[in-house]
Amino acid sequence: MMNLVLIVGGILVLTIIIALVRVSSLISVARKEGTKVDKSSNRVNGALMLIFLIVSGIVTIWYSISTFDTYNLPLASEHGAVTDRLFWTTMAVTGFIFMLTNILLFYFSYRYQYNEERRAFFFPDNNKLEILWTVVPAIVLTLLVFSGLTAWHDITSKAPKDSEVIEIMGYQFAWATRYPGKDDKLGNYNYRLIDVENLFGLDFSDRNAHDDFMPRELHLPKGKPVLFKIRARDVIHSVFAPHFRLKMDAVPGMPTQFWFVPTKTTEEMRAETGNDEFNYEIACTEVCGRGHFTMRLLVIVDEPEDYEKWKAGQQPWLAKNPGYLSKIPKEMRELAMINAGISLDEK
Amino acid sequence: MATADIHIAEDIHHGDHHDQQQSFVTKYIFSQDHKTIAKQFLITGIFWALMGGLMSLVFRLQLGFPEATLEWLRPIFGGWITESGKLDPEFYLAMVTMHGTIMIFFVLTAGLSGTFSNFLIPLQIGARDMASGFMNMLSYWFFFLSSVVMFISLFIETGPASGGWVIYPPLSALPQAMSGSGLGMTMWLIAMVFFIVSTMLGGINYITTIINLRTRGMSFTRLPLTIWAFLLTATLALLSFPVLVAAVLLLIFDRSFGTSFYLSDIYIGGEALPNSGGSPILFQHLFWFLGHPEVYIVILPALGITSEIISTNSRKPIFGYMAMIGSLIAITLLSFVVWAHHMFVTGMNPFLGSVFVLLTFIIAVPSAVKVFNYLTTLWRGNIIFTPAMLFSIGLVSFFITGGVTGLFLGNAALDIQLHDTYFVVAHFHIVMGSAAFFGMVAGVYHWFPKMFGRMMDARLGYIHFWMSFVGIYSVFFPMHYIGIAGFPRRYYSFTNFDAFNSYTDLNALITIAAFITMAAQFIFLFNFFYSIFRGRKAPQNPWRSNTLEWTAPINPEHGNWPGEIPTVYRWPYDYSKPGAKEDFIPQNIPFSETSESNLPNETESIKLEGFDKKDAIVVDDTEE
Repeated sequence: MMNLVLIVGGILVLTIIIALVRVSSLISVARKEGTKVDKSSNRVNGALMLIFLIVSGIVTIWYSISTFDTYNLPLASEHGAVTDRLFWTTMAVTGFIFMLTNILLFYFSYRYQYNEERRAFFFPDNNKLEILWTVVPAIVLTLLVFSGLTAWHDITSKAPKDSEVIEIMGYQFAWATRYPGKDDKLGNYNYRLIDVENLFGLDFSDRNAHDDFMPRELHLPKGKPVLFKIRARDVIHSVFAPHFRLKMDAVPGMPTQFWFVPTKTTEEMRAETGNDEFNYEIACTEVCGRGHFTMRLLVIVDEPEDYEKWKAGQQPWLAKNPGYLSKIPKEMRELAMINAGISLDEK
Repeated sequence: MATADIHIAEDIHHGDHHDQQQSFVTKYIFSQDHKTIAKQFLITGIFWALMGGLMSLVFRLQLGFPEATLEWLRPIFGGWITESGKLDPEFYLAMVTMHGTIMIFFVLTAGLSGTFSNFLIPLQIGARDMASGFMNMLSYWFFFLSSVVMFISLFIETGPASGGWVIYPPLSALPQAMSGSGLGMTMWLIAMVFFIVSTMLGGINYITTIINLRTRGMSFTRLPLTIWAFLLTATLALLSFPVLVAAVLLLIFDRSFGTSFYLSDIYIGGEALPNSGGSPILFQHLFWFLGHPEVYIVILPALGITSEIISTNSRKPIFGYMAMIGSLIAITLLSFVVWAHHMFVTGMNPFLGSVFVLLTFIIAVPSAVKVFNYLTTLWRGNIIFTPAMLFSIGLVSFFITGGVTGLFLGNAALDIQLHDTYFVVAHFHIVMGSAAFFGMVAGVYHWFPKMFGRMMDARLGYIHFWMSFVGIYSVFFPMHYIGIAGFPRRYYSFTNFDAFNSYTDLNALITIAAFITMAAQFIFLFNFFYSIFRGRKAPQNPWRSNTLEWTAPINPEHGNWPGEIPTVYRWPYDYSKPGAKEDFIPQNIPFSETSESNLPNETESIKLEGFDKKDAIVVDDTEE
């Protein structure tokens, strides 16, 4: 029934359009249009140009101001402050150019409508003007580039030595995280050792791997530099932590990294946003297949002392999966148990 | 030069006798006439635009109304609608991927360059046809073949390619990663190779024709800006597309023959793959070495078309003709050295990133020059709002709006936050997608009388413009806000994240606007096909334009001009010249006939005119 209505409606609309076109073309033939400019439609289109400019300008300004808090994400990293300042500087510069040129475009269109009595102004070139609008944009862009490059240089600089090193690995379709454990060193891995339990392919012949632990949520200390070691094990993913203004691809076979300093704990952010359920999140921003949109990792920023407490409470992966002890060379097994905090009696 | 003359002599003959002997097949299907081939490209392009547009509506439904049931689409999509009446997430990605591929390559490259380069180059430079009609025909039929392969891939069981139009491996290399990376991806790659062959054949032809077959007097500094744009576009395509072939070929090897160009250290589907030593980033470099020039391949012809239309309909010379050519050339050159600005967050060397930031900002300068020149052309003009003119003005607006957001994304420090969010989607859809689309539509409205000998209905054109213009802004402008809020692109749904659970209202609005915009395109389609058969008969020069195509008969035969090809004496932008009788002086009017409006140096050149005419051996001694 619905289909029938749609079909009938469609045919009706089509017939009306055909009829209108027929009438309009007959009228235009009768008026001998085509030899002359149609003044009335020219006026209507000119007026619409101005109306479009005014209405869209008002809507844009109103919307941008009234919903500022919706699109302006709260900020929680040190370098993010630089990013945000640069963003709003660029917005001011480009916003000005955007408004100026669009206003001129629509205003000129409206103002200089066709008039038989008038001739257009024959103005084929003017080198001074060309130089002016080559040089001025070049200078403005140079200023933007330099502030941008300074920020880029700082953000991508080497991580401080005392950074908390944390590994994030993307796989279809989740993130896994690994902390270095008591020795503060991430152990080696080999993708050929990956299995259902050993997500990271940890290589336990490396003693540094014995005490590594892999929590389900990411905990970060406030005010300390954190270095993410990022990789993927199947396809490309991308680590995106919007509140930290952080993004870095996770590439199989090519580890990447990103360091930053979180500035607000989850609790502080909850207070600031007035949202008791606020949580930091990491999302995937490189299309990676069916579950791309589900790759969420919960991030919790703690006060440094809470963070240390949390860290101390975590059990090494090996201790949780003692079955893997059998894969460790015999002479290292005892060492591994000590490192992982497994009591030697259990064996 | 000699070859050009022989060709001209031959073609006068050709124009008289050849056409009467043509059968339906050689005239309309395997035609070597550039005008027919242009129409074939146009109609195929329109078909693909319709497909690509409808696909976008499908995924917009999912994004705008995630709660709605899409059960009613089951008759079309079958198993791709899940039990619960939702779009399958993988099919969603397939739609996104095919929308991108189709729009960028099949509509805005083949549909735009293929149509207007073919149609306008011989007509505007004063040639009988392309340098090689046969190669030109092959160009279309390779495109057709490519279209057929791509079209069939939409209907296979595992679905079409679905890893995004950029087909980054390993996702696109491993059928285990998603079902679209199986047969669908193979067909995508095959279709693209055919497509590139088509582009190559076309491009070589365009360049050769422009360099060799210009009529007497048509020096490079008298070429309409359309032709300059087509020349540079073809050059770009010729230099960059082969790199994509290389990238695709290596990907085919990785997929089918066990090589490891792009693959390394992969564990997927419960097993570790043997590949090692490859780099997925290598593919991205190769891809974007084409991919970035590609966006200029898309936009340059549109800019050329609008330069011509804005000048004609402002009744004013294009401001800064030489600066326009200069900025086109600058954009062409720079477009080869900015590709890695798509890759700031791939973990590339930060210093390399800095270099690409710098180069990217340089390319903004010639683009800005173009905008200011357009504005000055409109200033104190005598503007006639034909539908083509409206779409051209729309293009300039899009070019500005989408262009300024490029300054955010080209700045690596800002790109960290904005990369792969809706901000990028907004940016390139406005500056490249919509602007180029408007250029294409403007071209259709403007040259329709030359193509079909009839006029399109102007009133429907106005409705089409205003619905499209407001519609497109309503679709893409809000995406900036969504992007600034951090929403990632290619997401099937946002409900999994606290950070992205807002903006359901704006997403619904975008979807509604997308439907309205699409509806407007049906008005255009109706107007287009109706006018081919029933439109008002066109006068010879409906827009009172200067370029040569309007000196040809209303319905030009194969060979374009029945008699001698007109000689060119002036640049194409003598509009509203002080003292002239009319507000336009076509290119084929000698200065000796316009003594009332000649500038001092033009009066000088009258002496050369007679010489030009008598001596048929010299095509043009003012050339180069």
